[in-house]
Amino acid sequence: MSTTPGSTMSTRSSLLSAAAWRRRLRDEPVIPLVMLLAALILLLQVVQPGIVKAEWVSTTIKFATPLAILAACQTLVMLTGGIDLSVASMASLAGYVAASQSPSFGDPAGIAMALGAATFVGLINGVGIGLLRVQPLIMTLGMGLVVAGFLTVYQVLVVSSGAAVPEVIGVVFGGTTFGVIPNSLFVFLPLATLILYGLRRFGYGRLLYAVGDNQTAARLAGVRIGAVLLVVYVISGLLAGIAGLALSGVSRAATIALADPYLLPSVAAVVIGGTSIFGGRGGYLGSIVGALILTVLVSLMTVLQAPQEVRQIVYGTIILVVAAAYTRVTSES
Amino acid sequence: MMRRPDTAEVLGAVRRGGWTLGIYLVLLGLVIYTWILNSRYGLDTLAMAALPLAFAAAGQAVVVISGGIDLSVGAMMALTSVTAAVLMKNAGEEVAVVVVALVLLLGIAVGAVNGTLAVITRVPDIVVTLAMSYVWAGTALLVLDRPGGGAAEWVQDVVKGDLLDLVPRATVILALVVGIAWVPLRRSRLGLSLYALGSHPLAAFRSGVPVQRTKVASYAICGFFAAAGGLALTATTGIGTPTTGDYTLKAVAAIVLGGVSLAGGRGGILGPIAAAYVLAIIRADLVFMGVDPNYSTMIQGGIMVLVVMVAGYLELRRRRR
Repeated sequence: MSTTPGSTMSTRSSLLSAAAWRRRLRDEPVIPLVMLLAALILLLQVVQPGIVKAEWVSTTIKFATPLAILAACQTLVMLTGGIDLSVASMASLAGYVAASQSPSFGDPAGIAMALGAATFVGLINGVGIGLLRVQPLIMTLGMGLVVAGFLTVYQVLVVSSGAAVPEVIGVVFGGTTFGVIPNSLFVFLPLATLILYGLRRFGYGRLLYAVGDNQTAARLAGVRIGAVLLVVYVISGLLAGIAGLALSGVSRAATIALADPYLLPSVAAVVIGGTSIFGGRGGYLGSIVGALILTVLVSLMTVLQAPQEVRQIVYGTIILVVAAAYTRVTSES
Repeated sequence: MMRRPDTAEVLGAVRRGGWTLGIYLVLLGLVIYTWILNSRYGLDTLAMAALPLAFAAAGQAVVVISGGIDLSVGAMMALTSVTAAVLMKNAGEEVAVVVVALVLLLGIAVGAVNGTLAVITRVPDIVVTLAMSYVWAGTALLVLDRPGGGAAEWVQDVVKGDLLDLVPRATVILALVVGIAWVPLRRSRLGLSLYALGSHPLAAFRSGVPVQRTKVASYAICGFFAAAGGLALTATTGIGTPTTGDYTLKAVAAIVLGGVSLAGGRGGILGPIAAAYVLAIIRADLVFMGVDPNYSTMIQGGIMVLVVMVAGYLELRRRRR
C-alpha cells in the first residue's frame, strides 16, 4: 500500500483502508483462514522438521474429508438459520447399515440402503422443521437420540451377521492413487464443487440465503419457506450418510458410535469458517478450510504429544478465539 | 388494591401454566403406573437417578429463559463432580461441608466465565458455550483422568432413602436447593430482569435492565445448578466421573418437554424438573415392562420428537383459524 505524504491524508487513507480491509474480510473470510491454516502447518514443520511432505498432506486430506462433508450439512442448514444436531447419528447409521447389510445383499444394495436410511431420517427432520415449524435444534436433537437409540437395538439384531466395511468404501475413502493422491478427493471435489456452485448459481442455493437472512421478506417475496427447509434437511441427511460412509472407509471399521466425536467439530468447522449461526451469511469454502484447520490442529497436538485434556482445552480456546476475532472484524459498528 | 381477576385473565393463567400442569399430571400418572407395575420399587431410587438431570435441566432453563443456551452444562457437571470427589477423598466428614460450599462457588465462577466471555466477545452463546464445553471437559480430565475419588458418608446418605418414610430425600434436597436459591431470586429484581432479557433484549435495555450483568448472572446461576448436579452425581455414585457429556443434550430435551421456549422469556424451572423425572421414570418403567433397556434412548427421543411435532401442528392449526 502506498503511503501518502501529510499526516491528515495518511490518517484518512489508513482509516479508509481499515474499513476496506474490514469489508474485504467480511466478504472473503477465507483469506485470513488460509493464512491461519498456513501458520499452523508452518508451526507443525517447525516443531517437527520434515513432517510436512506429500504423505502427510495425503493423510490430512483423507482424515479431513468426513469432517468437511459433515460441515457441508451444517453449512447448508445454518445458512437458513438452523442447525442439525443429528448429523453424527445419521452418519453412524449410514456407516453401520452399509457394513452390516453389504455382506448379505452386496455392496451396491448395502450402500444404497445406508444412504436411504440417512436420507429418511433427514426427511423426518425436514417434515418437523419445514412443515410443522419445530425448532431445528430440538427436532434434530430428538431425532439424533432416536437414531442413536435405534442403532443400539439394531446392533443386537444384526450381531449374528457381523459388520464389515464394504471393500469399495475402504478403497474410495481410505485408499490412495499413485501412493499420494487420496481417492476420497475424487468424491469430495465434485461434491464440493456442486455445493459451492449451487450455493452461488442455483435458484435453490440463493433461496437458502434468502430464508436465513430474512424469513418474513422471503415469504412475502413468494418463497415457500416450508419446502425450502424440508429439502435442506433431506440434503443434510444424504450428505451425513456420505460422510458416514467416508468415515467407515477411513477407519476401516463401523461401530454404532462411529461419528459421535464429529458432531461438535462439524459445528465448530462451520463457525470457524465464517458462516453465521443466525443464517444468511457465509459459504462452504470457509467450512472446508475450517475442517482442515481443525484436522491440522489435532495433528499438531499429536506431534506435540499433548495429553487428551490439554488437547480439548486448546481446541475449545481456538474455536472461541477465531469466532471472537470474526465477530470483532465483521461487526458493523 | 385487590380486585377479582376476570375470566380472560384466569384462562390466560391456566393456558400459561397449562404445560407445566400437564407435565406434572403426566409425572403423577407415570408414578402411579410404576407403582402398579412394581409396588416395591421405591420412589427414592427414581429420585436419586433423576437428581443430576433435574439440576442440569434447572440450570439450562434459567439460561434459556434469559435468551441464551448453555452447551457446556454437562462439562461443568463433570468438572464439579470430579473436583468434589478429589477434595472429599480421604478427607473428614466435616471437611466435606467446606468442599460442598467450595464446589458450588466453583460452579458459579465457571458459569460466570461462560457468561463474561459471551458478553465480551459478542460471539453467539451457542458457539461460546460449545467452545467452553471443550475447555471445561479438558479441565475435568486434568483434575481426574478416570472415574475415582470419593464422597463423604453424609453426602451419600443425604440423597439416599426416604425422609419420614414418605418423601425421597433426593427430592427434598432438590426442593430445598430450588426453594433457597431460585424462588427468592425469581421474585427479585434480577429474576424479572432475566425474563425481560429473554423476551426482548432491546426493550429490556431501554427499560434500564443492565443487560450484560444480567446475562453473566444467568450463566452464573446455570453454573450453580450444574455444580449442584455435579455434586449429585458424586453423591449418588460415590465417585467422581470426568465424562458426563450426555447431560448437556438431555437437559435441553428436559427443558423443551418442560415448556421452556427456546426463543427465551417464557417458562419456569419447575416444568423442566418434572420433565427430568419423567425421562428417568420412563426408563425405569421400560425395565419393569420387560422391554430391552436398549430401547429406552430411542423411546425417550421418540416421545420428545412426537411431543414437539404435535405441539407444532396444534400451533399451526391455531394460527390458520
